[in-house]
Amino acid sequence: MIQSIDYVAIGAPLALALAAGLVLLLDVFRPRRTPGPLGLVTLAGVVVAGGFVAAQALGGGERRTFCTGGAGCSFVVDGFTLVLSGLVLGAGVVVVLLSMTELAERRIPPGEWYFLLLCALTGAVLLPAARDLATLVVALELVSLPVFALTALKRYDGRASEAALKLFLVSVISTAVTLFGVSLLYGLTGTLYLEPLSAALSGAAASGAASVAVVLVLAGFAFKVAAVPFHFWAGDVYQGAPVPVAALLSVVSKAAGFAGLILILTVGLPGQAALWAPVVAVVAALTMTAGNVLALRQRAALRLLAWSSVAQSGYILAPLAVIGGSARDASVAYLVIYAVMNLGAFAVVMTVSRTAARGELDDYRGLAFGRPGAAVALAFFLLCLAGLPPGLAGLFAKVVVFRQIVEGGLGWLAVVMAVNTVIGLYYYIAWTARLFTPAPAPPARVSAPVPAALAVGIAVLVTLAFSVAPQLVLAVVG
Amino acid sequence: MSWLPIAMLAVPLVGAAVLLLPGFAGRTPRRYGLAVSGVTLVLAVGLAATFDYGHAARIQFETDLSWIPGLALRFHLGVDGVSLPLIVLTALLTFLCFVLLAGRPPRRPRALVFTLLVLETGMIGTFLALDLLLFFVFFEVVLVPMYFVIAVWGGPGRRAAAVKFILYTLLGSAVMLLGLLVVWAQAGTLDMVALAHGHTIARSAQIVAFLAIGLGLAVKAPMWPLHTWLPDAHTEAPTVGSVLLAGVLLKMGTYGFARIAIPILPEGAAALAPWLGAFGVIGIVYGSLACLAQRDLKRMIAYSSVGHMGFVLLGFATLTPVGVNAALFGNVAHGLITGLLFFIAGAVKDRYGTADMTRLGGGMLSRLPYIGSLLTFACVASLGLPGLAGFWGEMLALFGAFRPAAELSRPLFLVFMVIGGVGTVLTAAYFLRMLSRVTHGSPVVPEGPPVTSAEEVREVLGGEGPVEPVATGTVVAAVAAVAAPGAPGVPGLGGLGEPPERRDVTAYELAAWVPLVVLILIFGLWPKALLAITTPAVQAILRGVGA
Repeated sequence: MIQSIDYVAIGAPLALALAAGLVLLLDVFRPRRTPGPLGLVTLAGVVVAGGFVAAQALGGGERRTFCTGGAGCSFVVDGFTLVLSGLVLGAGVVVVLLSMTELAERRIPPGEWYFLLLCALTGAVLLPAARDLATLVVALELVSLPVFALTALKRYDGRASEAALKLFLVSVISTAVTLFGVSLLYGLTGTLYLEPLSAALSGAAASGAASVAVVLVLAGFAFKVAAVPFHFWAGDVYQGAPVPVAALLSVVSKAAGFAGLILILTVGLPGQAALWAPVVAVVAALTMTAGNVLALRQRAALRLLAWSSVAQSGYILAPLAVIGGSARDASVAYLVIYAVMNLGAFAVVMTVSRTAARGELDDYRGLAFGRPGAAVALAFFLLCLAGLPPGLAGLFAKVVVFRQIVEGGLGWLAVVMAVNTVIGLYYYIAWTARLFTPAPAPPARVSAPVPAALAVGIAVLVTLAFSVAPQLVLAVVG
Repeated sequence: MSWLPIAMLAVPLVGAAVLLLPGFAGRTPRRYGLAVSGVTLVLAVGLAATFDYGHAARIQFETDLSWIPGLALRFHLGVDGVSLPLIVLTALLTFLCFVLLAGRPPRRPRALVFTLLVLETGMIGTFLALDLLLFFVFFEVVLVPMYFVIAVWGGPGRRAAAVKFILYTLLGSAVMLLGLLVVWAQAGTLDMVALAHGHTIARSAQIVAFLAIGLGLAVKAPMWPLHTWLPDAHTEAPTVGSVLLAGVLLKMGTYGFARIAIPILPEGAAALAPWLGAFGVIGIVYGSLACLAQRDLKRMIAYSSVGHMGFVLLGFATLTPVGVNAALFGNVAHGLITGLLFFIAGAVKDRYGTADMTRLGGGMLSRLPYIGSLLTFACVASLGLPGLAGFWGEMLALFGAFRPAAELSRPLFLVFMVIGGVGTVLTAAYFLRMLSRVTHGSPVVPEGPPVTSAEEVREVLGGEGPVEPVATGTVVAAVAAVAAPGAPGVPGLGGLGEPPERRDVTAYELAAWVPLVVLILIFGLWPKALLAITTPAVQAILRGVGA
């Protein structure tokens, strides 16, 4: 059977994959091992992929490819795909910029680093377009596997190896669980494509096997987005991994996980909503609470961000618990805004971590006096994450989610989330206040490295744009 | 579209943004905040001057632009008889705070001016907003600046007080947001004007929404038993923080009742008004009793706010034109009087280094005649002496409770009225007791350590000691001012036990206080000046009640 492939549709992942290959080749044939050119090639690959996404968005319409007869298509580019691909690629640019700073110390092999990074991005761009279970799982693994290696690339640091092993074990188990669920679904319905799957399941009465399959698939994705009860890895891994990898984990990997979760729930299993919606609601409530409570006691900046991102996962999950309506849009809108503000926070932490190796919150004391730019940017991102003005982007994102929950009649979840917002504010504001508290010994005035400063600048500009005009996000998502 | 309200928001905001320019780094913009807030005040006066008093119930100076269609959020601003007095009060108090700061430059002046200007934007925006979500956004804007005002420029316990303040009020506003979203989900619009003119929200949903919104507003107001953040925040905040907190921020809570909770949810209001009244009355008595037990001047004034806000809430709870008018009047009067009280308490604290009444040691009228007499005036106004502004709010609130709205239980409100009346007596008691201890008597320094505290001495000596500085800049300025004219050495170091010479009121302080004194007199002698503006608007607010 001859398939015609729509190469425009798969342009973005293709460009990333080609760039990954190119980086590997260049690394071999380069005379001197300087990281600079490789970083630029990687950046170019991400930008070209972004160009494909932008062109498709401007062109409008829906593109389908890898179709088999009447069964369905494996690869679909629609509005959802474009938003998440754009999100991943935008985050990719920031992560590459942060990597340039990280690699400038020349302790990590640049070729491998950029190759793995591009592989992960390929998977993350592929995933929102996947419309069958096999592609979904493969794409998800393509995101996950390079991340273990990236975490472990800091070979001189024992914590990094531990983090990588932890991440690997947790992820492998989650994949196994997901695959078990997928195989059950395939056995029940005889199809892997999401749309036919939905049709096949809605016809039959809900069987016990179908329920087990749904829960297993959910559990697998809960690992990826660090939802309770599969959240334990976050703290150690974020702290052990290099900062750009932590940023990658908290944004790209998480966005991919959510893309898969949303696709399976809303495209593949909409008929089973009565089964999974309450589970999602409870998981969302537990995730935000656990994340926030764990973040309260943290002393290290990256650990705090790790638990805060677990809590934010809860907020993203919450609208999915509403059956029907535009719940998916609310989740994606929150995800997009979260991605920008969280990346910004990581970017600032990256620039600060070069002078304060311990990365404790106390190292941020008096930052406003030594480096006012970094301090103001970090304060802005933290207030965004807290959802308080002047961080209007975060405030509006929370309002979108609250609206969805209140309209869906999940009053208890709304109250839990309201309380969590307050808990979250405690640690965000405590960190923000440290920035402006005079330190006994004011930190030295160091200028941030150019790529990292650029990353902070991009994040600040985009977050500001989202604060002034959240409609930018809501229009694209809705 | 009208440019005046937009300009009132833009001027402080742009003024704050300009301060971020690197050109201001290191230089102290001494009169900068004064100029920016002065322009805002001129705009506010212009607003009041061009306001059409013949149609005070109508929304004027309206601006209605689409901001976020995805959230149905419109940038809808406007002014009517309810919001106009509060807007002018906000602009005035902020300006007066800057007058005070111009006389005594604080520590880190650039940051403080920036923070206060952002705060002003949020406060004015809250009173201008006519869209539920926009109101919420402005309501939240004030939190972070006020947190920093307390946490950076506050007293020794500032960190804990600031955290308590922001967590408490955020919890309130998060719950309020849920209530606002319930309204939105039920009525399908966020526009306050459209909502007030009629909608079809079921009674049960109204009660839920009123409960949620009311809780959020009650934390801010504050209503007993949700007031516990207030004494700490007021005591630890610097003078300007206390003034704005008491003078404006508390009003945002009570204003929300007049603007949102009662007109939009009349059935919910009718159902829950007895509770509102009960908590208000408990607040009156509790606040007065708590005041009797206080030793700290600022803390006492803070608790007196709980009592006064109790009267305001009681006024709202009656759901009658008289009661709501009383509440709005009490709001403005409390802003003026308590603003003045905190200004004076701050001045006393600057001079004595403490606000502990036993340490102040009496005889202020003979030692600092101007400050002493102004303190007496403010206290007498606050306890509700007829002829001063504080009287009308309390009297009308009790009068409203005498004849509450038809659907409310009259005996219950009569009980409230009686308890409230007892509260007025208690209010008089604690203010007079305080005056007798502080302003009267002979200037005897009590036993114990000298009034000039250890911190102050360390401040004067210029060492960056481990003790947290208490309003450093102001204390140094005050002590230096005292030390400069001829006094040998540093007071408190040389003559132990001997009361050092203290400077009476300064020109800047007088400039900051006199406008408040004048307004308290005007509104006390001629309450109609204010009631004429609010009355038509109040009738519009209560249209839905009992219908």
